[in-house]
Amino acid sequence: MAKRWRIERRLTPAPGMTILVPLGSALLALVFGAVFFTITGQDALQVYATMFHGVFGSRYGITETIVKTIPLALSGLGLALAFRMQLWNIGGEGQIYLGAWGATWVALTFADAPAWFVLPAMALAAMVMGGFLAALAAIPRALWKTNEIITTLMLNYVAILWVDYFVYGPWRDPAGFNFPLTAPFSAAARLPALTGRIHAGLLIVLVLGIILYFVLYRTRWGFEVRVIGESEGAARYAGMNITRNIILVMLVSGAICGLTGMVEMAGVAHRLQPGFSPGYGFTAIIVAWLARLNPLAIVPVAFLFGGLQVGGYAVQVMGIPSAIVSMLLGSLLFFVLAGEALLRYRIRRITEESETR
Amino acid sequence: MTMTILTAILATAVTAGTPLLFAALGEILTERAGILNLGVEGMMLVGAVSGFASAYYTGNPWLGVAVAMVAGGLMALIHAFLSVTMRANQVVSGLALTMFGTGLSSYLGKVWGVVGNPFPNHFRPVQVPGLAEIPLLGQVLFHQDVLVLASFVLAAGIWFLLYRTRTGMNLRAVGENPAAADSLGINVFALRYLFTIAGGMLAGLAGAYFSLAYVPTWMENITAGRGWIAVALVIFATWNPAYAVIGAYSFGGIDALGFRLQALDIAIPSYFLKMLPYLATVLVLVLVSKRNLLARIGAPGALGLPYDREER
Repeated sequence: MAKRWRIERRLTPAPGMTILVPLGSALLALVFGAVFFTITGQDALQVYATMFHGVFGSRYGITETIVKTIPLALSGLGLALAFRMQLWNIGGEGQIYLGAWGATWVALTFADAPAWFVLPAMALAAMVMGGFLAALAAIPRALWKTNEIITTLMLNYVAILWVDYFVYGPWRDPAGFNFPLTAPFSAAARLPALTGRIHAGLLIVLVLGIILYFVLYRTRWGFEVRVIGESEGAARYAGMNITRNIILVMLVSGAICGLTGMVEMAGVAHRLQPGFSPGYGFTAIIVAWLARLNPLAIVPVAFLFGGLQVGGYAVQVMGIPSAIVSMLLGSLLFFVLAGEALLRYRIRRITEESETR
Repeated sequence: MTMTILTAILATAVTAGTPLLFAALGEILTERAGILNLGVEGMMLVGAVSGFASAYYTGNPWLGVAVAMVAGGLMALIHAFLSVTMRANQVVSGLALTMFGTGLSSYLGKVWGVVGNPFPNHFRPVQVPGLAEIPLLGQVLFHQDVLVLASFVLAAGIWFLLYRTRTGMNLRAVGENPAAADSLGINVFALRYLFTIAGGMLAGLAGAYFSLAYVPTWMENITAGRGWIAVALVIFATWNPAYAVIGAYSFGGIDALGFRLQALDIAIPSYFLKMLPYLATVLVLVLVSKRNLLARIGAPGALGLPYDREER
């Protein structure tokens, strides 16, 4: 009659847990971070206070948070679409870089063109380049089941080196004091500002979020994407074309990430330079996943992460690398993953004898 | 003269391939148990920084290796707990591990104050008596540091473990069909834990190879994506340690070639040379999957799927 613990599957998610788990996870991640900072000789409260003050303590902090929210949400939207179909596009970062490269090519080539031509052309070039990079992984995935996690990830490095080559080489601004920068874009190739550094990219994010939500939940194609993601077998049985949808979804996903690169160029940087993205494409993976791939939830989650990013810069004055943000995010994910299990399972104390196996 | 250059290139290929080999061997063990761990890069980084710091402050490189392996194992334990016990999504958990490890390693490097520090007592190539005199191959394989020599033994040992021992057979069964293995009385959960942790220890060792032999110092992101190449290598090697050796040295060779061509002043911009290992990984992966489907090349049948006794 030995008693032991046993994990059982729940038929329905535990009541209240859908809200409790993310909140509890965030709290636990903060506590974990605090314990960790304390052990390693930092004042944990001061680290968090500095982060919080860096974000909410000033108009500057809030503005910067929104500026960071835009690329996170935009690429998050692109990635979420692919994740819906269980396509793990880890190549967002590279697609952002190649998109920025395409946008820059247009901006530098048509330096005298008016805004009505150059901005759409930049967006188009960026989406084509992002889509192209995604297609390199999508086509082998669709035809031969080549693992897209690895291929998209490897292509990140290729795209970043590609941008490096141009910025350090042919595109380097002769008037740039030998810094690795391209020439600044013309005024026509810049997105209009809404207020301060917040640019029209924010509107693109909001509109695209609504469109994607509508497409996913209100159109036939969105339905197909969701069914294929839930059960490829069922989708095939229903006569859906899986090969075509894999390529299509990855193309759109890559194009949106490419567009993110254009928005960063035209909205913030106004010139191409190495390292212009502090890993937006990677953080966006987490954003998309924590938002449960819901386009409408991605924007607020991205805002939260934008805040973390800005807070990360703020703690650098304390001599702490901003990389602690990815450490906190990683631990947040661990707690969410563990918490998810609480939604699906329950732990019960049982007696060995009553167990029928 | 040409011979010396060739020997030098091949020897560098082996050196550059060694961390890839350690990490790939570890990931083979993990994936053979049916667990996909995409956290290799993160485990390597944590191994590299903790190994370097402990070697730096004690002067003992071997202690560094041991600490790196323990650190890698502890990182893998998180993944094992989430994917085996909590049955979480292994892709997300692995990504989280890499993210966590990247941040943790930069933080620790800074807090411990070891960024860019020199470590004079690092592992250096030694001439293995007798074997080093074999023409050509002697200098390529046996004029190497101790860790490279250890990797030969390790690769052979893991091959033997997988294909010639009962534990290896059980391990492969667990990765192939955990329900069937369970019904035969094999402890699925214990084996999955054990070999996920073993994989993490080898990833930690791979990281230590960077910071204590190859580079040798600690700097942020020292592995520069090699952990991901190691994950790709596992597929390239069709989950077989013997092919992992060939794969690791080929990739090491591409790495080494980049440096050599630059040294010889051949007019290919270095950016394109640096792309080579990544492009080669993509190409190889496409070719491998195109030629035969994953199942035929030996992908563990239950790779990446949580095992739930109640669902069998």
